[in-house]
Amino acid sequence: MTDANATLLERAAETAVRATPAPVATRVRALSDRAVAWLFIAPTMVLLLAINIFPLIWAIQLSFTNYRANRPNETVKNVGLQNYERILTDSDTWLAMQATAHFVFWTIVLQTLIGFSLAYLIDRKFRGHAFWTTVILVPMMLSPAVVGNFWRFLYEPQIGLFTYIVSFFSGIPPSEIAMLSSVKLAPWAIIIVDTWMWTPYVMLICLAGLRSIPDYIYEAAEVDRASPWRQFWSITLPMALPFIMLAVLFRGIENFKMFDMVNLLTGGGPGSTTEVASITLKREAFEKWRTGFSSAFAIILFVAVFGLANIYVKVLNKVKSR
Amino acid sequence: MNRITRTAFGLASGLLATTALSNVAAAEDLTLCWAAWDPANALVELSKDFTKETGIGMKFEFVPWTNYADRFLNELNSKGKLCDLIIGDSQWIGGSAENGHYVKLNDFFDKEGIKMSDFVDATVVGYSQWPKNTPNYWSLPAFGDVVGWTYRKDWFANPDIQKAFKEKYGRDLAVPATFAELKDIAEFFQKREIDGKTVYGASIYTERGSEGVTMGVMDVLYSYGFKYENPDKPYEMEGFVNSDKSVAGLEFYKALYDCCTPPGASNSYMGEGIDAFKSGQVAMHMNFAFTWPGLQKDESVGGDKVGFFANPKGPDGDQFAQLGGQGISVVAYSDKQEAALKYIKWFATADVQKKWWSLGGFSCLKAVVEDPGFAASQPYAQTFLDSMAIVKDFWAEPSYASLLQASQKRFHDYVVAGQGTAKEALDGLVKDWTEVFEDDGKM
Amino acid sequence: MSASAHSVIEPSATSKRVAGAIVILYAVITMIPLFWIIATSFKTPPDSIAYPPKVVFTPSIEGYCNLFTTRTRQTAEYIQSLPPATNFCDETTRKRNMVIAGQSNFLPRFVNSLIIAFGSTFCAVFLGTLTAYGFSRFKVPLADDLLFFILSTRMMPPIAVAIPIYLMYRELGLSDTALGMILLYTAVNVSLAVWLLKGFIDEIPREYEEAAMIDGYSRLQSFWKVVLPQATTGIAATAIFCLIFAWNEYAFAALLTSGTAQTAPPFIPTIIGEGGQDWPAVAAGTTIFLVPILVFTILLRKQLLRGITFGAVRK
Repeated sequence: MTDANATLLERAAETAVRATPAPVATRVRALSDRAVAWLFIAPTMVLLLAINIFPLIWAIQLSFTNYRANRPNETVKNVGLQNYERILTDSDTWLAMQATAHFVFWTIVLQTLIGFSLAYLIDRKFRGHAFWTTVILVPMMLSPAVVGNFWRFLYEPQIGLFTYIVSFFSGIPPSEIAMLSSVKLAPWAIIIVDTWMWTPYVMLICLAGLRSIPDYIYEAAEVDRASPWRQFWSITLPMALPFIMLAVLFRGIENFKMFDMVNLLTGGGPGSTTEVASITLKREAFEKWRTGFSSAFAIILFVAVFGLANIYVKVLNKVKSR
Repeated sequence: MNRITRTAFGLASGLLATTALSNVAAAEDLTLCWAAWDPANALVELSKDFTKETGIGMKFEFVPWTNYADRFLNELNSKGKLCDLIIGDSQWIGGSAENGHYVKLNDFFDKEGIKMSDFVDATVVGYSQWPKNTPNYWSLPAFGDVVGWTYRKDWFANPDIQKAFKEKYGRDLAVPATFAELKDIAEFFQKREIDGKTVYGASIYTERGSEGVTMGVMDVLYSYGFKYENPDKPYEMEGFVNSDKSVAGLEFYKALYDCCTPPGASNSYMGEGIDAFKSGQVAMHMNFAFTWPGLQKDESVGGDKVGFFANPKGPDGDQFAQLGGQGISVVAYSDKQEAALKYIKWFATADVQKKWWSLGGFSCLKAVVEDPGFAASQPYAQTFLDSMAIVKDFWAEPSYASLLQASQKRFHDYVVAGQGTAKEALDGLVKDWTEVFEDDGKM
Repeated sequence: MSASAHSVIEPSATSKRVAGAIVILYAVITMIPLFWIIATSFKTPPDSIAYPPKVVFTPSIEGYCNLFTTRTRQTAEYIQSLPPATNFCDETTRKRNMVIAGQSNFLPRFVNSLIIAFGSTFCAVFLGTLTAYGFSRFKVPLADDLLFFILSTRMMPPIAVAIPIYLMYRELGLSDTALGMILLYTAVNVSLAVWLLKGFIDEIPREYEEAAMIDGYSRLQSFWKVVLPQATTGIAATAIFCLIFAWNEYAFAALLTSGTAQTAPPFIPTIIGEGGQDWPAVAAGTTIFLVPILVFTILLRKQLLRGITFGAVRK
C-alpha cells in the first residue's frame, strides 16, 4: 500500500514538473520544481498515511477477528464476517441507529427552520445587525463537551435554570420536569442543546446564500408585480436552496458522528433512549474492549456516512446545476 | 508573516521546555491512582507520614467514580505509566492478573512477612485473590466497603411522624428488618412535608454509565435469592440468574424506584446519593459504607440526625449485601516498582492501619476491626461489621467489563426506562452473559 | 402595498424594526446559558443550587478557589489550631470546615491544552501551507481525488478513528503523551488547513511569483518572499480554525489521554466536590476555558463562514 502510494506521489510530482511552464523551470537555481512539489506535498501525505490510512487498514483487518485490546496474551482468531453479521442482525444496533436518526432528523429540521428564518431576518439589514450576528454565532464556537456538561446543570430538576423557566411559563411543578431522566423528554433534551449550539452555523450559511442572490432579479420581479410571497417562493428559496442543502449536509455528517455532547449530557440514558451510534461504539470498543467487533461497527458507520454523503452530494450538484 | 512564525516558534519551544522540566521534577515521586472521594482525601493525609519517613513524594490521580473504571482500565490496557500504585476496583482483579497489569505480590509478602491471614477473609478473597480462593495475591486489601443504608434518625424519632406511621401501617416506625418494610417506610415518607420541605422516600443507585444500577440491583437481588450460577455447575445461569426469586427482586427494585425516589434520580450513584441525603431530601439512602464517616460529620444531617443499618432481609429471610472496596496493587508498567512496594509494606503495618481507620478509611486488618473497642469507636462501626459479614460480589472474571455492561443496559432499560418486564430483562441478561462466556471459551 | 413606497431591495422601516426585534430577542435568549455559566462561577456552592435559581447574589470567588485546589475536611479543633488564614481562599475553605490540601489538576490540564492546541496548530498550518501551495501551483494528477481523500478523513466518527490509533499508540508508547496528541490533531487538522489554504493561495495571482522568478528568485524563495506574505490573512484565519478544533476536542482526548497529557475538556466534567459536581468550580473552569474562544470568535467573524464550510462558501 505504502509503495503504491509512493509511486503515485512520484508520478504526481513528475507530471507536475512537466506541466510547469518551461521558462520558469529553467530559472530554478536551488531546487527543481519537481523536488519542490515533492517536498511540499509529501510530508502531509506521509502524516496522513501514518495517522489515517494505516490505522484504517488495520481496523479493516481487525474487523474480521475476535481481537480484544485488553487481552494482549490471547491468540487472535479469524472469524470471517461473523462480526458484521452479528452487528447487522442485532436489534440493539438498529435501536442505536433509530436514536441517531431521530437526533439527526430533528436537529436538522429545527436548525434549518430557525437558522433560515434568522438569516432571512438579518438580511433585512436592521441597525446593528452585524453586531447581533456575531453575538448569535458564539455558541457554535464553544466546546460541545464543556458546554454540554454545563447543560446538565441547566436541566437539573428543581434547581436547573431551564427547568425553572419552563416551569414558570407552563405552570408544571419543577420537580416534574426531568429533562434528562424521562424517556420521553431525554431525546429532546439533546436536540435542544444541539439546536442551541448549531443553529448559528446553518444561519451563517443561509445568510451567505441570501446575499448571493443578485438584486436585479428582485427588481425584475418587482417590474412583473410579483407579490412578496411569490418572490420568496420563486426567487429567494430556490436560489438559496443549494446553500441550505450544504448546511444540511455538514450538520448531517457532524450529528451522525455525534459523541461528546450526548455522552456528557445523558451518556445514552435513560435506559438506551439516547444511545446514538457513537456511544454504542465507544461502549463496545473502550468499555467492553471488543476491539474486533467494534472495528467492524466503525467500518459500517464509516461506510454509511460516506455513502449517504456521496448520494447527497450528487443530489446537491443536480440542484445547483438547475 | 515572519514575525508570526517567529512568535509561534518561540511559543512552541517555550511550552515544550516547560513540559520537559515538569517531567524531570516529578521523576522521583510515586503516583497513586484512585477514585475521587472522601477516603482518597484521607489517604492523602495518611501518606504524608510515608513521605516523612522515606523521603519519597506522593502524587495522586483521583478520578470520579463515574469515570473511574473507564479511565484506569483504559490506562492499564494502554500500558500507561501514569500510575505506579493503583487502588483498583475489586472486579478488575481477574483481568488485571491475567493480562499482567498488576505485579504478583506473593514473593513480596513472603519476604516482608506480610500475612494475608491477618486481613479480613472476605476482603482477601474479594480484593486480592485471582483465581478466587487460591493463594495467589495481586493486591493488599486497602479499603473495605459494602453497600448499606443511612437513615434520618431524627425523622424516625419524631413523635408526630411515628404516630402517623403507626396509624397507617399498624406498627412502629423503626429500622426496617425486611425489604418489604423498607418500601413501606419509603412510601410513607415520599412527598411528605417535613419542616416545610417536601421530602422523598429513598435514594437508590440508578446510574447508567459505569456500574451504579447494577450495584444497587444486585444488592437487593442477593437477598431475594439471586445466584450468578449453578453452585454445582459453573457458568450455568439459566434458572439461577433468571429464577422466579430474582424476577421478584428486580420487580421490587423497579417498584422502589417508581414509588419512592426523588425526582430526576434516574442516573444517580454515590455522589448523587450523598447530595440527596445531605440536602435533606430523603429519609433513607443506599450507599457504600465509605460515605458514612462524612455523613456522620456533616453539619446539617450528621451527628444525632443520622443512623445506619445493614441491608435488610429478603422475603425468605436471606440477607446479603453487595461488596465494594478495593485492594492496592503495583502497576506492572511502572518504572518505580521498588518504591511502590515500599509504600505497600508501610501501608500494611498495624499502626498505619489504625490511623487509616481513625481518618475515615475502612481498614481490612483484623487487628483493627477485631479490636474490642472497634464496634464502639464510631456510630457506624457495628453496622459496618454486620454488613461485611454478609457480602457477595459481582463477577470478577477477566470479562467483567462486558458482563457489567450487559447488566447495566438490561437493568437500566427495565428499571429506569420501563421497557419490557423483569423476566425479559433477566432472560436477556442470561443470553448476554452466555454470549460473553462463549466468546471466552468458558462454555 | 408598502413595497412600492421604497426601493425594492431596501426593506421597509417597519419590517426592519420587527426583524431587528426578533433577532435581538433570539440573541438574548441564546446568551442565557452562557451568562449562567459565568454567573454560576461567581456563586457560592449553596447559592448555586438554590431554588428558585438566584439571579441576584453576592459574588464570591469560591468557585475559582475550589477549581484550583483540593480540600480535606478537618475537625473544628484542628482548624482552630492553624495559623490565621493568609488569603481569601484559605478563609472560605476553613469556614466550610475544610483546609486546602494542595493544588488541583486544573492548571496542568489547562497547560496541556495550550501545548497541544498550539503545537498541533503550528504543525497543521505549516504542513497545510506547503501542501496547499503544492496543489495550487503544480498540476498534480488526481489532485481532486487526493484532496477529496484528505477531506474525507474528517468524516470518520472520532471513536472509529480512535480504535486503531489507540492500538498503534500503545505499541509506540505514544499513549497519554503530548507528542501523540499533537500528531493526531495535526493529522485531523491538516485536511482543513490544506483545503482552506488552497482556496486562499489560489486567489493570489501566479504572475507575482513568475515575475519574481524571472527576477532570479528560486521557486522556494518566491514562495517564501512573495506567496507567504500575501497569504498571511488566510494563514492566520486557518490557524485560528485549527486552534479552535484542537482546543475544543473531547473524544480523542478522553480516550487517548489519562493524566500526563490530558487536556481540559475531558477534565472539566470530572471536577467534583464532596458529593456530586461542584457546579461553581465547574463553571469557573468552563469560563476560563471559554474566554480564549470568545476572543477568537470576535477576531474571526469575517472569515468564519469560509472556515466552517471547508471553504465551500466564500464571501
